[in-house]
Amino acid sequence: MAGMQAVTATDIESLGHALDELREQIIASRGEDDARYIRRVIAVQRSLEVAGRTVMFASLLPPAWLAGTAMLAIAKILENMEIGHNVLHGQWDWMGDPEIHSATWEWDSASPAEQWKHSHNYVHHTYTNVIGKDRDIGYSILRISPEQRWHPVYLAQPLYNLAFAAVFEWGIAVYDAEIERTWRGEKSWHETWPQLKKSLRKAGRQAIKDYLAFPLLAGPAFIPVLLGNLTANVARNVWAHTVIFCGHFPDGAETFTQEQTEGETRGEWYLRQLLGSANIDGPPLLHLLSGNLSHQIEHHLFPDLPSNRYAEIAPRVRDLCRRFGLPYTTGSLPRQTGSVWKRILRLALPGPTPPTASRALLEPATTRLSG
Amino acid sequence: MKRVTSVTAVLLSALTTPLAPDDYIGLVRPLWSRRQLRGRVESVRPETVDAATVVIRPGRGWRGHRAGQYVRLGVGIDGVWQWRAYSLSSAPGGPDGPISITVKAGPGGRVSQYLVHRIEPGTTVRLEHPQGRFVLPPATPRRLLFLTAGSGITPVMSMVRGFALRREIPDIVLIHSAPTGNDVIFGAELRRLAGRYPTLRVHEHYTRAPGGGRLTMRKLSTICPDWSERPAWACGPPGLLEAAEAHWRQAGISDQLRVERFHLGVVRGGAGGRVRFVRSGRMTTADGDTPLLVVGENTGVLMPSGCRTGICRSCLARLASGRVRDLRTGLEHGDEGDVIQTCVSAAAGDVDIDL
Repeated sequence: MAGMQAVTATDIESLGHALDELREQIIASRGEDDARYIRRVIAVQRSLEVAGRTVMFASLLPPAWLAGTAMLAIAKILENMEIGHNVLHGQWDWMGDPEIHSATWEWDSASPAEQWKHSHNYVHHTYTNVIGKDRDIGYSILRISPEQRWHPVYLAQPLYNLAFAAVFEWGIAVYDAEIERTWRGEKSWHETWPQLKKSLRKAGRQAIKDYLAFPLLAGPAFIPVLLGNLTANVARNVWAHTVIFCGHFPDGAETFTQEQTEGETRGEWYLRQLLGSANIDGPPLLHLLSGNLSHQIEHHLFPDLPSNRYAEIAPRVRDLCRRFGLPYTTGSLPRQTGSVWKRILRLALPGPTPPTASRALLEPATTRLSG
Repeated sequence: MKRVTSVTAVLLSALTTPLAPDDYIGLVRPLWSRRQLRGRVESVRPETVDAATVVIRPGRGWRGHRAGQYVRLGVGIDGVWQWRAYSLSSAPGGPDGPISITVKAGPGGRVSQYLVHRIEPGTTVRLEHPQGRFVLPPATPRRLLFLTAGSGITPVMSMVRGFALRREIPDIVLIHSAPTGNDVIFGAELRRLAGRYPTLRVHEHYTRAPGGGRLTMRKLSTICPDWSERPAWACGPPGLLEAAEAHWRQAGISDQLRVERFHLGVVRGGAGGRVRFVRSGRMTTADGDTPLLVVGENTGVLMPSGCRTGICRSCLARLASGRVRDLRTGLEHGDEGDVIQTCVSAAAGDVDIDL
């Protein structure tokens, strides 16, 4: 963060125009190749799932159990990350295909698509990293920013974050129903209860599939299949948790106050997305398995552009950052994960005093302080 | 049996939830889909320089069609699904098909150009069930008149082929207008059938031939003096159909004429129009710059909404008819059934929203 130059209102406006232009270019060039990409990923994912579950039926043999579980875990990861998350963002709505559309898609996760679209697409993507508005800051249970007031319960957060990772999809399902807001009286039970019922129904079907139907079908391999499905689900949950936490919580990803975002211009919105997100460096396979959330910055700038295009957008965004003297936070998976955990451990304890760097950056025509 | 099928379906979907068995079976057998009728292109046969017949094997669920009906066909062009309606040109038939549509490539016609010049055998297309009332009555009239121009021959061809298949052709006068003899779609087949069946009289009118010009109603009366005594079916460009409707109206026998129009979907842009919210039963007018989300809210429709800047897609609604303009790009788009973002779309002409 050291050595930042001044960011003027004019700069922010030019940045906005440049990003708008980039967006238009990508939209104009969407076509058959992109459509083929998503159809292929879906076909691979479904085939992998069928293969994994089939192989697992032979799981009285340990190698079959291992192979089946691994295939199913990867299928579930692809389904949630590269397919589900991105389809629900409307990245593929332009194809006009009701079978691959944000309005009709349902995903292999405990949270019903409709509720997730509200809490994620709307609340999180609109109010990204704004304290008090973006509920994804710590998911209402973690202290992830020094601006959040400390409470003794946070002493245990390194532990319960581990548990949260393992049951991530269930945590998100409960979180999407906004129970904590209801508890605080910001939302009526009258409103929450039907949502909760929907979540329970969806979650129930998910649980029956993985923990009853397939194990029963496996007959004598009931227990190994149940354990295989459980392992695949936990692996998927831990992976999703890791990728998502690397997107907003490593060093360099900034948070903002509500006052900073009042009357925000398009350019300022872009700037906030840029400063509030962090990328993960790695090979193409990592990008695929992370649902291209390894390009979290690009995803936050353009949440509805097809994920397969983020890789080509990234160097251009990076160039823009260089031009305007803005930070572009990125690092390897181990480094970013380490950084996230360091933060979780540090903020389990009281303090520190919140830095003021990001605030200065969002105020036009001021010189940024080194942070 | 039905009960057994539904029990199986429930059990199967417990295994595939949140998806349907279709989503997996479709990877191997796309034509088996229960959710969306599909078809596979078997062959493409050129008819004239700019027209071709696309032969399609319909998938599971096709119920057959009546001669004269049309089908809505969905094709993926450059990654985007496009839907258009085409008259079926094949003889009426049962659920196994094959069926065919015959398309004339219009200038700038994205879908028609694709179907005539680019589509390849083996391509999977999407279909809807055949519709349309441009059909023959259950009891075939003894004498009939067909009046067609250009690709307007297609629904009539299905009727003629149906008769030929039964080897029973009633007294038919078919008057068809085209620029030249080479432009007559199904020209060779029609001439051959007319040679074989004396009751089928085909009159080809060439607009570019000396003394040709437009096919007028006066010429029609000369070609077919007993026109007013024949139940008639007319299909072709708007000019011809309007003239025919006026002609039959003047004779006081409008009920003897059935017409089929091909919708060209030409829309004026940027002007706004009448906006109807179908399920809420509310209607208003809107300019071409106000988001439909705001239009709906001002009319008291319960509009789903979120960020209101085109990001979150909480505001999606189905377009029942008409076209919209994307306020971000100024581009007009939309087809019946499309899902649009109401917060960044304005009316481009009259629109119906399924809310």
